Amino acid sequence: MALVKYNDNSISAISSAGQLATGSLVPIKTLTASSSSTLSFVHGTDGVVLDSTYPIYKFEFINIHPATDNVEFQVNFRDGSTDYDATKTSTFFRALHDEADTTTALAYRTGGDLAQGTGFQRLNEGIGANGDQSVSGELKLFNPSSTTFVKHFMGKFSGCNAGDREDTTYVAGYCNVTVAIDGVQFKMTSGNIDSGTIKLYGIKDS
Amino acid sequence: MSIIKLNNQAVKNATSFGSISSLGSMVFIKKLTASSSATLSFVDGSNGVVLDDTYKEYVFTFKDIHPGTQSKFSFNGSIDSGSNYNVTKTSTIFVSAHNEADSDTALTYRTADDLAQSTGFQNFLSYGDNATDNDSCLAGTLHLFNPSSTTFVKHFIARTNSHDPTDYSIDSYVAGYMNTTSSIDAVQFKMSSGNIDAGDICLYGIA
Repeated sequence: MALVKYNDNSISAISSAGQLATGSLVPIKTLTASSSSTLSFVHGTDGVVLDSTYPIYKFEFINIHPATDNVEFQVNFRDGSTDYDATKTSTFFRALHDEADTTTALAYRTGGDLAQGTGFQRLNEGIGANGDQSVSGELKLFNPSSTTFVKHFMGKFSGCNAGDREDTTYVAGYCNVTVAIDGVQFKMTSGNIDSGTIKLYGIKDS
Repeated sequence: MSIIKLNNQAVKNATSFGSISSLGSMVFIKKLTASSSATLSFVDGSNGVVLDDTYKEYVFTFKDIHPGTQSKFSFNGSIDSGSNYNVTKTSTIFVSAHNEADSDTALTYRTADDLAQSTGFQNFLSYGDNATDNDSCLAGTLHLFNPSSTTFVKHFIARTNSHDPTDYSIDSYVAGYMNTTSSIDAVQFKMSSGNIDAGDICLYGIA
């Protein structure tokens, strides 16, 4: 029984085949919140890669909407156990402008930084839970698999604050550990992540 | 039972096979790895480096940049294929800083490390130095826009985070322009003092 028959001349005149040059920003995993208490990216689970495959990982956050009004979206890192409690030192500052055009500010926010803290790192301030309010942004994590160096992270977010204003937040810091980071978890300070999408990408270095 | 039959003439007359030049907008170009290196240089046309009008935007990424001597990671541009790194620049730099002891925070412009029509190297951080502690390093990105333009100045925007010798996390923001209408065809990185002990710098083109 012959299933497939190719004729010798079927592609006879092709002299070369184009080479595929793939992009360096490689999609790894998308998680979509649906009244989720946490969203976690764990290396080796559900197709997640978070190891030495890539030197830099990038998370993108699209319309993260809280179930509870006036809460903060947060991140933490897993460093050798199943707990998300890596020691971190970080900075946090914010620019804001309200819809009424009455208030603007640019200031460091001590409430958002960490000094050798193991708790979750705030990524924004006071997201509103109205139907059209959310936070979006990006967070880069550098070389999480290193067992030599601290692990730097940097993020920038645009949030619709519960007080009807734009909050632009800038967070950066390092996980002050020399064990690999193999998991990253996101959650709200209170209540669930009602909806929203988090995408994880790897940035190739070859 | 024959399930699939291919016609003998299916693609007989094809003379070329279309190529897909890119499946993504961020295209890897080159990686340089420091090993007690005085400088790391990306020169258009050298060792596979592309830094011309192929792309309108280039991105350098910094992974685990570790100095041999306590100093500042820095960069400069060249208009003569790397013979000289001395392009005139005007820039801004501000930092957000916080120490591990939780006794100091800052969000401040840093006049010490900005440039005003200077040909010197641009530091990536201020308010501190890159530390030589075994676990200390710097990470971040530098965007360089349209370096091949012979009409406009060449803008750059960088953000880095570093671990300072006195245990600060320093989030540094550098931006400015190379005030020349000559093409920038090379970029060099070095420490303000001593070698780059270790670390990777990757160059990407944004298609």
